[in-house]
Amino acid sequence: MNAARYWGSRASVYGVVSLFALFSAFPFFWGLVTMFKRSQDLYNPRNNPFAFGAGGPTLEHVQLLFQETKFVTFAVNSLFVGAVVVGITLALALPAAYSLARLAGRWGEGLGITIFLVYLVPPTLLFIPLSRVVADLGLQDSRWSLVLVYPTFTVPFCTWLLMGFLKSIPRDIEEQALIDGYSRVGAVVRTVLPLALPGILTVVIFSFTLTLHEFVYALAFVSTSSEKTISVGVPTELVRGDVLFWQSLMAAAMIVAIPVALVYNLFLDRFVAGLTLGAVKG
Amino acid sequence: MAGQVTRAGPLTLGDRIALQFRYLLDREALLGPLLLLPAVVYIVALVGFPFVLALAYSLSDVTAGDQSLDFVGFRNFTDIVHDPIFRRALRNTFVFAFASQALVLVLANVLALALMAEFRGKWLVRLLVLLPWATPAALSTIAWLWLLDSVFSPIDWLFRQAHLLGPGTPLGPNNNMYWLGRPELAMLSVIVVHAWRILPLATVIVLAGLTSIPQDIKDAAAVDGAGFWRLFLQIITPLMFPVVAVAVLFGFIFTFTDLAVVYVLTRGGPINNTQVLGSWAFIKGIQGGDLAQGAAVALFLFPVLLGVAVLMLRLARRAEVT
Repeated sequence: MNAARYWGSRASVYGVVSLFALFSAFPFFWGLVTMFKRSQDLYNPRNNPFAFGAGGPTLEHVQLLFQETKFVTFAVNSLFVGAVVVGITLALALPAAYSLARLAGRWGEGLGITIFLVYLVPPTLLFIPLSRVVADLGLQDSRWSLVLVYPTFTVPFCTWLLMGFLKSIPRDIEEQALIDGYSRVGAVVRTVLPLALPGILTVVIFSFTLTLHEFVYALAFVSTSSEKTISVGVPTELVRGDVLFWQSLMAAAMIVAIPVALVYNLFLDRFVAGLTLGAVKG
Repeated sequence: MAGQVTRAGPLTLGDRIALQFRYLLDREALLGPLLLLPAVVYIVALVGFPFVLALAYSLSDVTAGDQSLDFVGFRNFTDIVHDPIFRRALRNTFVFAFASQALVLVLANVLALALMAEFRGKWLVRLLVLLPWATPAALSTIAWLWLLDSVFSPIDWLFRQAHLLGPGTPLGPNNNMYWLGRPELAMLSVIVVHAWRILPLATVIVLAGLTSIPQDIKDAAAVDGAGFWRLFLQIITPLMFPVVAVAVLFGFIFTFTDLAVVYVLTRGGPINNTQVLGSWAFIKGIQGGDLAQGAAVALFLFPVLLGVAVLMLRLARRAEVT
């Protein structure tokens, strides 16, 4: 009786998680199959879509993506924007987070939450006035417009995350360094920063992926294809009304999606601890 | 706190200035605001100022061609409110956010409870379940666009194999569902894609909450004879309320303000049936060049965002107390 119940509950756990895994991964599975299919195989509704027909899989369309589309340009633009924004984010968020965690007394907590709430202000609300700001600065149609604007969501979020990290580092350590004769800045650089390195790494990963994910600003500000990022370049330049381009399109989506997912997986717990405002202690 | 200046002899002027500067930086009352200043200035300039500009735009007649701001009162708001497409977009924005989050609420709790159990291949399940959240929305939505293709959809193929679709079958004489071509199915598709995307985030948040419930509370309830449902409803649910609420509120904001899914999947179609505030603001403001009306449309998001922010602050305060 008990054994039956045990196996029953095991079976239901496996059943539930398999269903969910299938639901979540199905579009990716379909994308992965598509990117290696031959056109005459893919574009026949009678063929089994999940199996490779005559001729087997091919790399033809992945090659096409790299050689005959601007995918590589989009990727370079994304990497460039991401890298510069990560730099700006660290430069602004680290000092701010330190100040809120250590130096600001009572008002630090309130101000910290206010900065976090700025993260909730969505691009959808601001892209129209910001398009004017970008145009006035002469950055329209340039990836620099994204460099200017992306820290509006990375800085609040990363300041909040870093604030949590810095608070978890004992004050005694830097006070010891202060007593040893270092200035405040020197003490922080020598004691706090090395200890906060995992936090800084988390922030680097998340601000980079947030910029990679961003769609609205990139769509609104950049219309020259050589300046587009992956997130906007792929859906706007590779989806063509009448030319069927699906294999390359899926290749573009999968080549970006899967590495990002792997990295995300490693850092997710810290991300969640930040999002839940400390309601969950990881 | 004399620093490490131990050199003998008189100080040069340069040394003195350097020392003064260092003492200045050691004063916490000064250093605190100084470190905070760049981030605050940046946020005020590129979040605060544009927000005020959005308000000004919505009360003016500014267009992409004529950049001068002439005050027109609430004319933009009365104009857009009388537009049936706007009303449709406003309704859709709420429908999509509520329906997808209702789905997420149920699914995330079931999935999180299942993931609490130990089983083989958990890392793989976790990885697969996380994929939708980790992928840029615009790219994963392209995968859905292809999955729901009007002719080559593999879902239609599965339906046809199961004799659910095609001539003389329950789902009709057509060989395809036209997921994105029929208004109700297009709306359903948008809701499912949103739920699919937010589910990983909600699950991970709920899971973190579940693991943080101390085992002895559950043990004590079990000793007292509580079964699964009693434990779930009377112990876990109240303890989990703030965490689940945070998960739902985030999911709500992300779907409520999203424009990538609708833009890539349906472009608001068929015939504006899946338009949302974000996509409509984009079409009016950027594509149509009517910055004033576009800004006014987007501002309809604001009261809801404000409400969510207030709720979040309350939750955060509640979490601090416990």
